Amino acid sequence: MAENTAGAHGAEAAQGEGGGLVFHPMDQFIVKPLFGDGAVHMFTVTNVTLWMALAVLCVIGLMVLGTSGRGIVPGRLQSVAELAYGFVYKMVEDVSGKDGVKYFPYIMTLFLFIVFANFLGLLPMAFTTTSHFAVTVVLALAVFLGVTILGFVKHGTRFLELFWVSSAPMVLRPVLAIIEVISYLIRPVSHSVRLAGNLMAGHAVIKVFAGFAAIAAVSPVSVLAITAMYGLEVLVAFIQAYIFTILTCVYLKDALHPHH
Amino acid sequence: MATETTASTASACVGPNGSAIGMPQLCGDWVWNQVFWLVLALVAIYFVLTRVALPRIAAILAERQGTITSDLAKAEELKAQAEEAEKAYEKALADARVEAGKIAEQTRAEIRAQVDEAQAKADADIAAKTAESEKQIQEIRASALANVEAVAKDTAEALVAALGVSADKVTVDAAVDKRIEGQR
Repeated sequence: MAENTAGAHGAEAAQGEGGGLVFHPMDQFIVKPLFGDGAVHMFTVTNVTLWMALAVLCVIGLMVLGTSGRGIVPGRLQSVAELAYGFVYKMVEDVSGKDGVKYFPYIMTLFLFIVFANFLGLLPMAFTTTSHFAVTVVLALAVFLGVTILGFVKHGTRFLELFWVSSAPMVLRPVLAIIEVISYLIRPVSHSVRLAGNLMAGHAVIKVFAGFAAIAAVSPVSVLAITAMYGLEVLVAFIQAYIFTILTCVYLKDALHPHH
Repeated sequence: MATETTASTASACVGPNGSAIGMPQLCGDWVWNQVFWLVLALVAIYFVLTRVALPRIAAILAERQGTITSDLAKAEELKAQAEEAEKAYEKALADARVEAGKIAEQTRAEIRAQVDEAQAKADADIAAKTAESEKQIQEIRASALANVEAVAKDTAEALVAALGVSADKVTVDAAVDKRIEGQR
């Protein structure tokens, strides 16, 4: 509580200076109601709702409207939709194996949501839904719980062989098992923090550079830096979606084939 | 904390001036809102994908694969047909050439036969004409000889008569014949 009030006073002080540097790099992540400004409850329509809805609309636009022509020779949008389909399908097939293809729609859902949320977040004034831990943790937990339950349903207690490294010497196996279990349990954390952290950091850095643009002397450098960071963020937006998806495939492979 | 939030600040994580306090990502007030809308969005995407998009794209890809495969097969077939046609054409050409050679040979033989026939006929005609001519000459010669004999006999009889020797006709003729025999 004390820290919060101190922060508030600090911010006030920063604004009070007037004309000085004003950094609010984290303000872009504030969740606020779309209509009016009451408190945010569970079902309140917020900027989260708006940008997730836009992501859903983009997915529908690409995957449904884009393929409505059903052309043997695809148009532009249909090519992209087919490319996305083929990209994720091949990833699932290559990483998780043939029996992983059954779970392709779930992985496709994750990939498309993340990739569109990431790219929409790059629009100026946009709200990046995937920069929030609340969002990525739900995504990562869904994957974690999903593959863990799937592993136990498919293999029963033999799923625990995943932690028992049978190729290691007998003495080392218990130690390795502990390490394996810890690394397994840490998966949802790394899985979610990687995505949210990357996006949050990139967007915050852009905002910091934007703050420097207020100083005439450094503003050209600042604008150049923003441009460069933006280019990097475009890359990050795709790469993080890709990493999230391919890790999901890897986890799925562990659930389907737990034997080392 | 709750006492500090005024009506205008919607959350404990937002300061009175509207800027964030700390990391908005760690603000507990918004978590369930985000989770709710996220789940809704994911379910929406999942249903759109499984009901419409993915089966459609799979169908498109399968159709394309099928079209490509059938097109390749058709191309293969057409190529085979073309090769067959070429073979047939070449065979027809060779046949025609052989036929033409045969016809030319036959015509040549026919012409030669006709020429031979005409020549033979001409030869025969010539031979016949020659024979006839010879025969006529023979006849003329024979008649001439006969005339000569008659004239000789008459002359001889006249001479004998003029000389005043009486001699019968038969004896004179025999003597003339003998002389002519001797001349020949």
